Amino acid sequence: MSTASNDSFARVDARVSYKTPIVMAAFALVVGIAFGLFGKPEAVTFQWSNPEDFIHIPDFVVASNLVGMVVGVILLIIAALAFVRARAARTTPLWLNLIFGLFAVVALLGWLAAGNNVPFAFILGNAVVLAVPIALGAMGGIMSERVGVVNIAIEGQLLTGAFLAAVVGSLTDNLYFGLIAAMVGAALLSMVLASFAIVYLVDQIIVGVVLNVLILGITNFLYSQWLSADGQNSNFPGTFDIIPIPGLSSIPILGPALFESRITTYLTYLIIPALWFILFKTKLGLRARAVGEHPLAADTVGINVARTRFWWVTLGGVVAGLGGAALTIGSVGAFGRGMSGGQGFIALAVVILGRWHPFAAAAAALLFGFSIILRVWANQVSPGIPTDFITMVPYVVTLIAVVGFVGRVRAPAADGQPYIKG
Amino acid sequence: MKLELRGITKRFGSLVANDHIDLVVEPGEIHSLLGENGAGKSTLMNVLYGLYSADEGDILLDSVVQKFKGPGDAMAAGIGMVHQHFMLIPVFTVAENVVLGNEPTGALGILDLDSARKRVREISDRFGFDIDPDAIVEDLPVGSQQRVEIIKALARDAKVLVLDEPTAVLTPQETDELMGIMRGLATAGTSIVFITHKLREVQAVADRITVIRLGAVVGDAKPTDSAEKLATMMVGRAVDLGVNKKKAVLGSTGLSVKGLTVIGDGSLKVVDDVTFDVRGGEVLAIAGVQGNGQTELAEALVGLREPSAGKILLGDLDITDSSVREIIDAGVGYIPEDRKKDGLVGDFTIAENLMLNKSFGPPWAKGVQIDFANRDRLADELIAEFDVRTPGRETMAKQLSGGNQQKVVVARELGRDLNLFIASQPTRGVDVGSIEFIHERIIATRDAGKPVVIISTELDEVTGLADRIAVMYRGRIVGIVDASTSRETLGRMMAGATV
Repeated sequence: MSTASNDSFARVDARVSYKTPIVMAAFALVVGIAFGLFGKPEAVTFQWSNPEDFIHIPDFVVASNLVGMVVGVILLIIAALAFVRARAARTTPLWLNLIFGLFAVVALLGWLAAGNNVPFAFILGNAVVLAVPIALGAMGGIMSERVGVVNIAIEGQLLTGAFLAAVVGSLTDNLYFGLIAAMVGAALLSMVLASFAIVYLVDQIIVGVVLNVLILGITNFLYSQWLSADGQNSNFPGTFDIIPIPGLSSIPILGPALFESRITTYLTYLIIPALWFILFKTKLGLRARAVGEHPLAADTVGINVARTRFWWVTLGGVVAGLGGAALTIGSVGAFGRGMSGGQGFIALAVVILGRWHPFAAAAAALLFGFSIILRVWANQVSPGIPTDFITMVPYVVTLIAVVGFVGRVRAPAADGQPYIKG
Repeated sequence: MKLELRGITKRFGSLVANDHIDLVVEPGEIHSLLGENGAGKSTLMNVLYGLYSADEGDILLDSVVQKFKGPGDAMAAGIGMVHQHFMLIPVFTVAENVVLGNEPTGALGILDLDSARKRVREISDRFGFDIDPDAIVEDLPVGSQQRVEIIKALARDAKVLVLDEPTAVLTPQETDELMGIMRGLATAGTSIVFITHKLREVQAVADRITVIRLGAVVGDAKPTDSAEKLATMMVGRAVDLGVNKKKAVLGSTGLSVKGLTVIGDGSLKVVDDVTFDVRGGEVLAIAGVQGNGQTELAEALVGLREPSAGKILLGDLDITDSSVREIIDAGVGYIPEDRKKDGLVGDFTIAENLMLNKSFGPPWAKGVQIDFANRDRLADELIAEFDVRTPGRETMAKQLSGGNQQKVVVARELGRDLNLFIASQPTRGVDVGSIEFIHERIIATRDAGKPVVIISTELDEVTGLADRIAVMYRGRIVGIVDASTSRETLGRMMAGATV
């Protein structure tokens, strides 16, 4: 029944673990040997910024295999640092893992683009655009899981948002109506999930899966029966204009990537810190987290558990619907069959990887956005390399970061558990 | 504030949990509600607190009839409650827990944690609680968590404070401190309802006593009444409060534990270098406050947890790395502390539950098939022998009362020839009649020359049953002492003092 509470027992003597330095050293050798010793001698151009930028950093041209060699040595040094820490029974700090990952990625890019360019601004900018739907889906997931409802239906909400944004935007010829329709539609889907999960106590996972299948079916049906025939009228909304933010967009490297974007991206920039603020600094957030951790305790201090859960899940749907709109009117400008393509499920993973925290989840979403653009870009500059292999790299980097980052990963204690009042 | 309950009735289906209960608590009075487990005390208090709505009857505060739709209404009216299982969010700080649901805020609903901290410090200082408002609740010892609950009620200006079985999780010293706190609060004018089944505490602290049995009020009593009288009122017949047992006849060493260490979650030594012997015909009781490693020790002994160091010897047989099934076959019987979670399968019949530990062979099974005829005969025999009150062997275990459920577990474990018997919290949540019966069976097992290990947080049970007492604190055995050791000494050991 009760296991021990935390501070009362003697700790096991910290065990020396060489996991992190060993994995790091292995990677350093792979980079140094494969990208360095056996690398390609062609020159590679690192483009830090666009020539037309306000502050232009000159391109950096260097032999590809030299990059591999130098980075390989740097990585070995970091692995040695981690080894020294491990010997003193200390863990490798997160920032060191991150630096390791960044250098490894630079070496990979330099190797892929031998005889070609590495356009940082292009890669980062696209990573951000691709990360937006995932990040918004994850924010919706966090809002739902923080109050104790597991939302598997993020995929369906993204798809609903994408569909309604394209169709309503097209038919009304006003993208903002499309945006609102996407948010309302996904919110209605959330209400269905919330009603079944909270009022009728149906298993949340099952409801979520059913909703996903249902939405996929409906949108596929409408697409083949209606949109594909009547595309000019009903599936041609266009996209929001790209608005550069004066000043900020002139920052080298980051400026063009982050601050020359569409309104959907800017809304994401606002939603992430706003969600953090509400969750951790306000009364609403305190109550929401209480409901997700210990609903009975929340009930005994007069918090309405069912109502809190219902509205947080619903608002989570609004945010996820916005993410769906970003797929169409915030990106490609038309709806395609099953176009969410599993990004809702990636968002679920991002919620967990981000430890139910908006900022960490946003960072994780960016990583996934980066992996998508990396695959596309690698195909262009370096045809011949299996793209699946390239796609794998960011996840491997993530694994190392997670392994090295020792800490407690803990879901809200009542996540997924229905609350039945006596 | 004066609290009055008039004719409160609460039914769950055909079960009448509260049957026209009347209760009057005067301002500044400590009023004890005494009754057995399952007598309906907690139901009554949940009605008072707005968690349940009564089918009949009225709640009056200062002679005004109240209508509570939820706990929020009850709190607003001045009722505070310290639940048996704390209603605290483990990952929140003390201050956050205290203000939850009643948060001081600035503009935009931004939390004003500074004024929350100030409020906690103020109350903590006024009653000498010594609570840090910024501590994370799950890091606090249980006694401090309970004080946080009291602060939570007081921060909402509770005029009536209900304490539901508050001493179940406390050491004797913490219990004494809690009683001091209760007296201080009563002197300051708070009315206190003290729910318990422990006679000793009632006699020590109550101003007036109301006894309830089977959902109805039996009568009022005074704290000066004898323990025998109170027990008789509570149970409905004369009960023998002590455990009768002969002097132990010691046999050879049955169980020998050497340097046993178990690592729990988060690299903590939940069992830390534990060494003891138990001889045949002897009861060794492991005493200690809940959560000091007793659970993990018991689970390691029966193979449910892997020890990281040490040896467990059953006679000459080393069972340290044996599987659970090998340990069962070696003749070890085990009553887990939570019968609903680990002891029984609620949706199985009594007969099925009785064969769980030996389901893979005779006498219950023949080849791959259950020997139904034999099983039914054996089940009926065990039901009769262990006095399980049930319509029949096909009744679902979950439909039985707590006491009868426990008798099913005891029957299964003691219904075969054993070389070692381990019982964890054998009488928790069990009625007095069943407690007497289970205690008799435990002593009978000892008198048959078996080694017996009892793990209990109830000091009365420990001193009643044990021949020797080992006190556990933070995973270590503080000392092993004779059963005649005084409560005060045991209490100090339970708080970590060595003898």
